[in-house]
Amino acid sequence: MSSFFCKQCLKTMINSFLSVRSNLFSYVPNVTLACKRYIQTIKVGIIGSGPAGFYTAQALLKDSRVLIDIYEKYPVPFGLIRFGVAPDHQSNVINSFTNTALQDRVSFYGNINIGQDVTLNQLLKSYNAVVLCYGATEDRKLNIEGEDLINVLPARRFVGWYNGIPQDSDLNPFLQTEDVVIIGHGNVALDCARILLSPSTDITNHALTALRESKVKRVYLVGRRGPLQVSFTIKELRELTKLPGCDTIVFPEDFKNITAETINELPRPRKRLTELLLSLANEKNLNNNHKRCVLMFCRSPLQIVGDKHGKVSSVNLGVNRLIQQEDGVKTELTDEKEILKCGLFLRSIGYRAVSIDPSIPLNDKTGVISNTNGKVHGFDFGLYCSGWAATGATGVIIGTMNASFEIAEHILKDFGQNEPLLVEKPGATEIIPHLKSKGVKVVTFNDWQRIDELEKNLGSQLGKPREKLVNQKDMIKAVDEEKD
Amino acid sequence: MSCSLVYRVGLSRTVIKSYRNLLRLSDHSSLFSTSTNSSNVDKKDQSKPDIKVTFIKANGQKIVGYGKTNENLLDVVINNHLDIDGFGACEGTLACSTCHLILKKDDFDKLKNKPTDEELDMLDLAFGLTETSRLGCQVYLTKEMDGLEVVVPETINDARTT
Ligand SMILES: Cc1cc2nc3c(=O)[nH]c(=O)nc-3n(C[C@H](O)[C@H](O)[C@H](O)COP(=O)(O)OP(=O)(O)OC[C@H]3O[C@@H](n4cnc5c(N)ncnc54)[C@H](O)[C@@H]3O)c2cc1C
Ligand SMILES: NC(=O)c1ccc[n+]([C@@H]2O[C@H](COP(=O)([O-])OP(=O)(O)OC[C@H]3O[C@@H](n4cnc5c(N)ncnc54)[C@H](OP(=O)(O)O)[C@@H]3O)[C@@H](O)[C@H]2O)c1
Ligand code: FES
Repeated sequence: MSSFFCKQCLKTMINSFLSVRSNLFSYVPNVTLACKRYIQTIKVGIIGSGPAGFYTAQALLKDSRVLIDIYEKYPVPFGLIRFGVAPDHQSNVINSFTNTALQDRVSFYGNINIGQDVTLNQLLKSYNAVVLCYGATEDRKLNIEGEDLINVLPARRFVGWYNGIPQDSDLNPFLQTEDVVIIGHGNVALDCARILLSPSTDITNHALTALRESKVKRVYLVGRRGPLQVSFTIKELRELTKLPGCDTIVFPEDFKNITAETINELPRPRKRLTELLLSLANEKNLNNNHKRCVLMFCRSPLQIVGDKHGKVSSVNLGVNRLIQQEDGVKTELTDEKEILKCGLFLRSIGYRAVSIDPSIPLNDKTGVISNTNGKVHGFDFGLYCSGWAATGATGVIIGTMNASFEIAEHILKDFGQNEPLLVEKPGATEIIPHLKSKGVKVVTFNDWQRIDELEKNLGSQLGKPREKLVNQKDMIKAVDEEKD
Repeated sequence: MSCSLVYRVGLSRTVIKSYRNLLRLSDHSSLFSTSTNSSNVDKKDQSKPDIKVTFIKANGQKIVGYGKTNENLLDVVINNHLDIDGFGACEGTLACSTCHLILKKDDFDKLKNKPTDEELDMLDLAFGLTETSRLGCQVYLTKEMDGLEVVVPETINDARTT
């Protein structure tokens, strides 16, 4: 009996029994009413298994009625933790995600592309709530002439190449050049520079092999604004300055308008970052045999120039003047121009979300799903978004974590306020058989653990933590072979 | 170091689950994988955790944990199963800043182990950074710290209309 009635109901029943005035039949409806609230399960479908997916799940599980199914496009979980974060930056967050995935109230379904294999509408019918945590999977474009030349690549794909994203594993970036230009002063740009100049041995084997034969000597990191506006963080810059056999170069001229007083008045993080940049500008001991990472400020690419084979050979830069406006520091082109030679050009100017279903409202300008506190605009109840899809592609994992906890709280509040809308839903029991009948191979978390083990074994043979499988077919094969 | 007990000991899923139930771990606990980089693996150290630390949460709630010399404040949170959302996400590897704590000026000044550049770099990413902020995983207990009170800063309200 106790398994049918919650504590609250039992209390109500006992009280009713004990009450002299109560008649045996009057309490029954009360109990069923109360129970409707307490024994119900709330089925939540989460799209995407990156930090947003897992942190949102962790926070939603606080409501003991919640059951969660996480759907992931790839056969492997963890989103940008696996496919973005540099292998030499891996932190332990996946341990906590693994603990979450192994809970009874959580299921993981990999290798399912929501929007293609299942429609959003089907999910909305099968779940009490759906949370879009599918990240920002496209890159921003510069929209300048020459962007489609050979060897002009988005940093996103270069990252995918060294981190083993299936679609990017055959990217083959051109490394038989001494000069590489990277546009953008964010952490992704720094990650790319670091890997180009001194590849971490933990990256995928095909990338490591190619980078070992690379001729790259100089990487130019080109930012449109000044040293006070860089978007990268100090930890990543310090790491770059410590690369063996490589000097990081900052030109003192870029600091001529920045007084010691200005620096002193900056908030601490910006102040420490600026001081580190300034110390690099004052660095005199450059080694001629070293590779170089050159930080260039106040330059915007105007045109990318190609040779007769259609391959990038240089970029025309316009020199900017900085203007303080109400909403921040903006740039204005001066007449001054520069030409920078390069055989590989990476644009690293940010990511944007895509719409995986026509009904999802996407702000085209920002590349973010239109939402208020995670509630997707145009949907009264039941559709939410979280993580980079909801906030835009900014912030580190901890930022994504905080935002996900916050959004989960709003969702739980919504459940509380919309009790009558919460009717029993089938969840995965309806979705998965439908997928299987369509021939979609569903990968469970157990299956992933097999892939994980295999990758770790492959890695240990090569003396690294893991060697990633880079092909979706190989991942599926690994699961199937184990099962046989 | 980063591999969790699930792999290290090869426990089956069900065994892990029943252990979790026994220990009543919170959903996002990272307990299964922390012990390697904390000092509590030292089997010889039989001393009782008798250094009291009070954590004051953003909502004013005070929670108390006890630790031993050479344990850090992250160890105290984990070993005492203190429920602080998202605390210690990188398990003490100086890669997340979720163990951000704010100390009283006096206590901050008295600490023998001063923050390294690497700790300060990571702290710079923390929300609500103050002059007396430290990363809990980098602050090691000494007997003199008995009775320490630290504030767990409120995380930033990042959810907004976009
Ligand atoms: C190159 C790079 C390096 C970074 N390095 C660091 C770092 O060192 N430290 C740090 O703190 N932060 C780092 N970040 C930031 C961090 O990765 C993000 O804050 C975080 O991953 C965002 O989480 P998310 O869950 O919103 O998105 P994601 O991690 O992108 O997760 C989205 C998930 O949704 C899945 N998905 C997409 N479309 C579909 C679909 N149609 N159906 C089903 N599933 C789908 C994706 O496959 C993915 O698994 C880095 C980011 C990048 C780009
Ligand atoms: N190790 C890590 O912790 C790590 C690693 C990688 C990524 N991340 C995080 O992931 C997020 C995304 O990183 P990101 O590097 O892709 O983005 P980002 O930090 O937003 O940086 C984008 C850069 O591109 C520039 N830019 C944008 N549009 C441009 C244009 N049209 N022309 C020229 N320059 C342009 C920006 O300059 P303006 O400022 O002038 O717009 C900025 O310097 C960041 O929050 C980052 O911290 C963290
Ligand atoms: S636990 Fe991540 S920095 Fe302390």
